[in-house]
Amino acid sequence: MAKLEHPKDSEPKSESPKSPGLGRRDFVKLVGGTGVAATAQVLAGHQLPAAATTVPEEVVGSGKVIGPGPVPMTLRINGQAKKLTVEPRVTLLDALRNHLDLTGAKKVCDRGTCGACTIIVNGKPTYSCSVLAIEVADRDGKPGAEIRTIEGLVPEGKLHPVSGSFVENDAQQCGFCTPGFVMSCTAYLETHRSPTIEEVKQALGGNLCRCGTYIGVRNAVVDAAMSMKGGRA
Amino acid sequence: MADYHWPPTDKCSLIGRRISRLDGPWKSSGRIKYSYDVNRPNMLHGKMVFSPYAHAKVVSIDTSAAEKMPGVKAVEIITEPGKEVFWAGHEVVAVAAETEEQARDAARRIQVRYEKLPHLVSDVSPEKAGEHTKQLAEQTDGNPDQAFQQAEVISEGEYGVPVITHCCLEAHGQVAEWDGDNLTIYASTQNVSGIPGEIVRAKIADSADKVRVLTPVMGGGFGSKFGADTWGLACARLAKKAGRPVKMMLERDQELMAAGARPSMYARVKVGAKKDGTLMGWTSESWGTGGPDAQGGAPSIPYVVRIPDRRVRHTTVLTNIGPARAWRAPNHPQMCLITMSALDDLAAKLGMDPVEMLQKNIQMTGQLAKTYSAELEKAAELMDWKKKCHPRGDKTPGPIKKGLGVSIHTWGGAGHASNCNCTIQPDGSVSASLGSQDLGTGTRTVIGIITAETMGLPLEAVNVNIGDSKYPPDGASGGSTTVGGVSSSTRRAATAALNQLLEKVAPSLDAKPEELEAVEGKIRVKGNPGRAISWKQACAKLGTTPITGVGQRQRGNDDLISSGVGGAQMAEVSVDTETGLVHVDKMVAVQDCGLIIDLKTAESQVYGACIMGITYSLFEHKIMDEQTGRCLNADLEFYKLAGIGDFGEIVVHMMTGTGYDERGVIGLGEPPVISPGAAISNAVANAIGVRVPTLPLTPDKVLVALEKGAVA
Repeated sequence: MAKLEHPKDSEPKSESPKSPGLGRRDFVKLVGGTGVAATAQVLAGHQLPAAATTVPEEVVGSGKVIGPGPVPMTLRINGQAKKLTVEPRVTLLDALRNHLDLTGAKKVCDRGTCGACTIIVNGKPTYSCSVLAIEVADRDGKPGAEIRTIEGLVPEGKLHPVSGSFVENDAQQCGFCTPGFVMSCTAYLETHRSPTIEEVKQALGGNLCRCGTYIGVRNAVVDAAMSMKGGRA
Repeated sequence: MADYHWPPTDKCSLIGRRISRLDGPWKSSGRIKYSYDVNRPNMLHGKMVFSPYAHAKVVSIDTSAAEKMPGVKAVEIITEPGKEVFWAGHEVVAVAAETEEQARDAARRIQVRYEKLPHLVSDVSPEKAGEHTKQLAEQTDGNPDQAFQQAEVISEGEYGVPVITHCCLEAHGQVAEWDGDNLTIYASTQNVSGIPGEIVRAKIADSADKVRVLTPVMGGGFGSKFGADTWGLACARLAKKAGRPVKMMLERDQELMAAGARPSMYARVKVGAKKDGTLMGWTSESWGTGGPDAQGGAPSIPYVVRIPDRRVRHTTVLTNIGPARAWRAPNHPQMCLITMSALDDLAAKLGMDPVEMLQKNIQMTGQLAKTYSAELEKAAELMDWKKKCHPRGDKTPGPIKKGLGVSIHTWGGAGHASNCNCTIQPDGSVSASLGSQDLGTGTRTVIGIITAETMGLPLEAVNVNIGDSKYPPDGASGGSTTVGGVSSSTRRAATAALNQLLEKVAPSLDAKPEELEAVEGKIRVKGNPGRAISWKQACAKLGTTPITGVGQRQRGNDDLISSGVGGAQMAEVSVDTETGLVHVDKMVAVQDCGLIIDLKTAESQVYGACIMGITYSLFEHKIMDEQTGRCLNADLEFYKLAGIGDFGEIVVHMMTGTGYDERGVIGLGEPPVISPGAAISNAVANAIGVRVPTLPLTPDKVLVALEKGAVA
C-alpha cells in the first residue's frame, strides 16, 4: 500500500500514565529522593493485611493516609464516572474485571509482558495489570485519567473498524489475546495513520499470542488503517 | 430426497470458500465471556497453595489461621497429609474468599509442612537418571546390521527436544455454581461433554444430568484441557461448602508449572545410505521424560520415512519436571525433529540435496508417497529452493549465514464420535446443536457452513449451538478429531431435517420429495427453477411443529470423512554467527487435509502452527533448577513466546482439488505444527555448517555448536 506519511517512531507503552498517579519514573525518583521509608509505605499494600493494619498506607505526594482496607474511588471509564470501593493494592485490570464487569481486558501474565490487558489511558496504550486503580482515580477534587476499554470503543452490537478488520483477516483464533491487540492497534492507529507491516511489527511488539495469529494481525492493522483514515472511528 | 454425501466442490456455495469465523465479532469486540470473564452474582474467588518442592510428602496442613482471615468462606484440601506431590507447583490446598486479593492472602497463611523427598528434574541423559528409568520399547525390524554393512555412507548424531509447556493464554480453571443439587461449571475445557461424568465419578454430584458445563469460547488448550482437573473438583467443592459460586483460575506461574508439560525426547541415531541416497538401516537409542509416571510412550522412529531395517530402543526417564499432558500432535514434533535431522545430516555427508534425498526414498513413506512428492515439489517452488539451496555451510563472507531446511510429517485426524441435532422451525429458523466446543480452530464456523450449505441458505440464517453439555454428546477436541466428527454428524443431521421438510413441501409443488432441492433460499424442483417456493414459505407448512434431524458420525468407516494426511515444510533462516541469533526469514507450509470446509480458518490453523513451531524451535524450554527442583521461567518474561516481529514471511498452500477433496474431511489442528522444529533446525545446520543438536536453537547453543564445529 502507498505510504502517505512517515509515522514517528512508535512510542513505548507507558506502564502507567503520567498524570495523575504514580508513573514508574516518578516512583523511581521518589524512592531515590525519600529513601527506604517511602518504599516501605508504598509496598505496604502488597503485604498481608494483618501485618499492614499497623502500617497505614500513605498515597505518596498527597499526604493523605488511606488503606490498606477498601477505599471508595471514582474512575473515568469510557466517558462515565464509575464509583467503586477497592483496596489500594487492586490493579486497574482487576478493578475493571472483578468490580465493574468490564472483562474485555484479559488477565494473562499479570506482570506487564503479554499485553492481553491493554487498554487506553489518556490516549496511550497501557498495560492495566501494571497500574493500580487508585493511581488513575479522581483525587483531591481533580478528575482522574481518561480510561478507555474495548467495551467503550463502540456501542454494544456495533463493530469498531479495527475489530472488524481482525474478523475479516482472521487475526484471531482462541481470541483471548485479541481485545489487547485491538486496543494496542486502535491506540496506535489514532496517531499513525498509514503504517507499513514493518512498523506494525514494532507497534504491536508488546502483545503476545499463543495460537499464532500474527500473520492475520499484520494484515488486519494495515487494513484497519485504510478504513480508519482520519483517526478515531 | 437430499443426499447426505458431500456435493461436488464446484457446486458448493459455502464449502471450501474463505469465510470469516462466526464468533469473530464476539471475540474482537471483547464482549464474549470466557470462563475467566464469568462474574456470577455473589461470586467468591479461589486461590491455591502449591508445593514449592519437586517431590515431597505432605506431612500436615494447618488452615486455621487462613480460615480466620477477612473474607475467607471455604477451604478445601486437595492433597491430604500423607500423600505425595510430584512437581513444584503441585496443588495442595484451595481457599475461597470474597475478593481475589483476600483469597491470595489467605492462601499465603495456610501452613503446609512437607517432608522433602529426592527429586530428578534433569532428562538430559538416562545414564545419569539411574533407577529413575524404565525401558519402554525395544524392537528390531529386518536386518539392520546387514543393512549397515551394505551402506556406503553412515551418519551418526544426537538430537533432542526438551520439555515445554502449553502456556494457554486463558489459564486453566472454571467458575462453579450450585443451585440445589444442580451444578453449573463454566469451564475452560476441550471436553464439554465429558466433564459431567468426571464430576460424578469424583462423587461431587450424584448424576451427570445435574451437571451442566458451559464453554461458549475458550482461550487455548493445545491438549492440556481435557479433564476437570483437581482444581476443577476443588472449585466445585468450595462452591458447595460456601453455598456461593466460586471462580478459580490458575495464576500464570502455576499455569506454567502445573498445567501441562510436553514430554521431551532425545536420541542417538545411526543411519546409513547408498551413495545414490537410498536409505539403508536405522538404529536409535532414545529417551525422554513423560513426567513422574512415564506418560508419553515410546516414539515410532524413523518417522514417516519407514526405513525397513531398523533397531530401536526407548527408555523413559521418570522426572519431577511436571505433569505430562498431550501437546498438539503428541510425540510427532519430537519424532520428526529426530528423524529429519538425522536424514539431513546424512544428506549433508553424502553431499546430496535433502529434498532430493526425500524424493529418492519417497516410497518408504507408504500410502501417502504421491502426496508427499507433490507437496515437496510445491514447497520447493514456493521457497524457490533450487535457486537458493547450497551445500551445508553458507560460504558467503560476513557474519550472517543463510540456510534452507526441509521436513515432512503426517497425522491421522479421523473424526471422533459426534452427535448433532438439526432443527428447522416453522418460522424458517435453523439450528445445529452439538455438545462440542470451539478451541479457536473454527469448529463453530464449520458446523454453520455445513448446515447452511445443506439447506441452501446463507450462513447468517443458521444458528450454531455448541459449548453446552446439554446438547447431544460429542467427543473431546484433541488429536484433530473434531472437524471430522462434527462435519459428518452435522451433514447427516441437516440432510435428515431437510428431507423431512421436503416431504412436507412436496405436495404443494406437485412433485415427489426426491425431485426437490434446497438452493439459494428456495425449495425448488430440480431442473425447473420456476417451480419453487421460498424457504420461509416452505417452513410455514410445518404448522406449529418444528422438525429435527438427527445425525451421528458413523462408527467405523464413515464415507464423509477420512484420515491420514501428509505435509511438507521448508524454512529459510539467517543466523548471526557472532551473536548466535537465529531468525526465520521465511517458512513455506504445504498441507493436505482432504475436503476443506472453510479455507480461511484452515489456512489460519497452518499459519498459527508455523508460528507456534517457530516459537518452540527458537524459544521454548521449561528450565528447571536441579538444586531446588523448581521451574526457573514460570512467567512470560522468561518463558518466551514469539512476538509479531520475531519472524519473517509465512507462505501457506493447501492441497485441494482432485485427489484430495473426494477423501472427505480430515483433521488439521496437529499436522502443520510437527515439521517446523526439524525444518528450522535443518536450515540452521545448512547455514552454519554444523548441527545444533537440541531445540530450542538459542544463541548460546548456536555459539557452542559453532565452536565445536570449528574444532572438528
